[in-house]
Amino acid sequence: MSGDRLQECFGRCRNENRAALIGYLTAGDPDPATSEKLLCALAEKVDILEIGMPFSDPMADGPSIQAASERALAAGTHMDDVFRLTAAVRKAHPDIGIVFMGYANVVYVMGYEKFAESAKRHGADGVLLVDIPPEESHDLDAALKTEGLHSIRLLAPTSSEERRKLVAANASGFIYYISLTGITGAEIGELDSIRKQVDEIRHLTKLPVCVGFGIKTPEQAASIADFADGVVIGSHFVSQIAEHLSDSCAMIRAVGDAAGTMLEAFRAGSGRRE
Amino acid sequence: MPTDSESIYGFVTSHKPDAGGHFGRFGGRYVAETLMGPLQELEDAFNEAWSDEAFQAERIRLLQQYAGRATPLYHAEHLSEEVGGAQILLKREDLTHTGAHKINNTIGQGLLAHRMGKKRVIAETGAGQHGVATATVAAMFGMQCDVYMGREDMQRQAPNVFRMRLLGANVIPVDSGTATLKDALNDALRDWVASCQDTFYIIGTVAGPHPYPLMVREFHVVIGQEARRQCLKQMGKLPDVAIACVGGGSNAMGLFHPLRDDPVRLVAVEAAGHGLNSGEHAASLGTGKPGILHGNLTYLLEDSDGQIEGTHSISAGLDYPGVGPELAYMHEQGRLELMSATDEEALAAFQQLSLCEGILPALESSHAVAAAIRMAADMRPDEILLVNLSGRGDKDLNTVCEKLGMGGMESLT
Ligand SMILES: Cc1ncc(COP(=O)(O)O)c(C=O)c1O
Repeated sequence: MSGDRLQECFGRCRNENRAALIGYLTAGDPDPATSEKLLCALAEKVDILEIGMPFSDPMADGPSIQAASERALAAGTHMDDVFRLTAAVRKAHPDIGIVFMGYANVVYVMGYEKFAESAKRHGADGVLLVDIPPEESHDLDAALKTEGLHSIRLLAPTSSEERRKLVAANASGFIYYISLTGITGAEIGELDSIRKQVDEIRHLTKLPVCVGFGIKTPEQAASIADFADGVVIGSHFVSQIAEHLSDSCAMIRAVGDAAGTMLEAFRAGSGRRE
Repeated sequence: MPTDSESIYGFVTSHKPDAGGHFGRFGGRYVAETLMGPLQELEDAFNEAWSDEAFQAERIRLLQQYAGRATPLYHAEHLSEEVGGAQILLKREDLTHTGAHKINNTIGQGLLAHRMGKKRVIAETGAGQHGVATATVAAMFGMQCDVYMGREDMQRQAPNVFRMRLLGANVIPVDSGTATLKDALNDALRDWVASCQDTFYIIGTVAGPHPYPLMVREFHVVIGQEARRQCLKQMGKLPDVAIACVGGGSNAMGLFHPLRDDPVRLVAVEAAGHGLNSGEHAASLGTGKPGILHGNLTYLLEDSDGQIEGTHSISAGLDYPGVGPELAYMHEQGRLELMSATDEEALAAFQQLSLCEGILPALESSHAVAAAIRMAADMRPDEILLVNLSGRGDKDLNTVCEKLGMGGMESLT
């Protein structure tokens, strides 16, 4: 893929000898206007921004991101708004990576082609749908490919060797390794076993391998940044919104600060990377 | 020489999904990567058990000795006469142990869980019938049992909450979303994503990711196998119409599957709540469109953005925005006829069946009875209409008495 923004992001981080910081927020949380400022504040700090498409039934998410979807939908967030917010972030941050994250139905109902076209036009680089495994992904992948969008795939501790190969063969952009057997925001798995799994996945693919789910503290993030190509942080940023619901200025500052703290932790740890 | 039970339960039809669990474009396995491994393990275990004679013999033994199968096919002559049309026959699933068809499935999945060495089972429940049936087999097999139930459903189906607790199950209230069946399913899935290595998820209907729609159908076809044979024996011919209420569709598929290659009209009755035009109903086949939820592609009630819509039905077991993928497929193939019954019609049918046959039906089943009464009136007396009476109404006494103005418990003194 020429002019591949995601690979450029990982390339820049590699040059700085650090892992990429990937931050998630749900679009439209707590309302579309504030969400635009939050997404831009987070985009200041992260290398790749994951923009969550709110869904009424987020089955793979814990209470924190469930509440984010509920707030966004209650504030009247539609897919039009998700695209509009994405375009605003893209305009302000031409170089960061932007990945859409969410659930199949929102995209299926819109139509895979129409969604892919719109996602591309508004500035996305890739798409990750939690509940579309490679087995069900044929039509979606074709639509994404037509638009030059990455189809990012998940691997989990429960993925067999066979599935890892299948997923690695079907992914593009990066591989997202789920650190724990569970939903977002749960307690992170054991570090040694995560490292071992990431090493094993590396044998199957040249794609960057990123780790997410359950990473809340700068210490956890830094220790994973020691061996992964990227660290995904979601619930921790989203919970800053929940904690400052009555004060949007404080909320925006808290999200930016939380991301800044994470980034510093990576930088401080960069010497440990082999 | 096959024994009697083998010859009834050995009756099979084709109609398999493809290798990925698709019925046409419906079904499939739309889940997070974490569950793909456990679902494959489940599929393998089910296939292996299904072709194992010992498993089948034990399953049939439990269905007979424990659940009370075969259930009778009752010719409701008084109701038929009152309606003045077709002969109405009731497949008495309400007479099974625990009082609904749900036990057929939980015996199957419970046995499978036990065989797989799982120490804990989880379930979602709406009406509480599936929760009770799961708690029942968990008690029998000595497995820990956690049941997710929407807080609203816990109120309206309180007797079943107490039954589950008495059976040793832990009932976990669900407050997210609309606090009904779909949200209970969400939370059960969230539990399973974290616990899949030692926990068996007993899904209560013919929905969810492959292999659940196929597996749950197979565990329920005993309903249709018995009914088909009983009808031939008692009435000398097959029914003209088979009719069942549809929440997720398990009692409907159980009845329909063994009849689908026969010249029998198959009628699915959905919950029309306050009316199909009220925006407050649960008729996903009749008014929904295709979408992806709870692991499968099927008909859903959803808005133009793909957000799942709130539903309403007086019966908690039908209060669900989706439907099993095989029913979605049969609907698009033109093999189903769709009907619906409102809350009011279901209540009227509940009363009519109670008064003229002495049978208190579950509010879910009352929807099928309501549609049957409407349909039978326009049919000839030599025609047969077979209704799946999927459950008994004891759990609904509070709701019904309140709606009918008979007052609550306090009115008794
Ligand atoms: C008695 C009874 N009938 C029907 C249903 C609806 O489920 P299904 O459509 O899977 O048969 C339920 C669900 O709780 C039930 O309890």
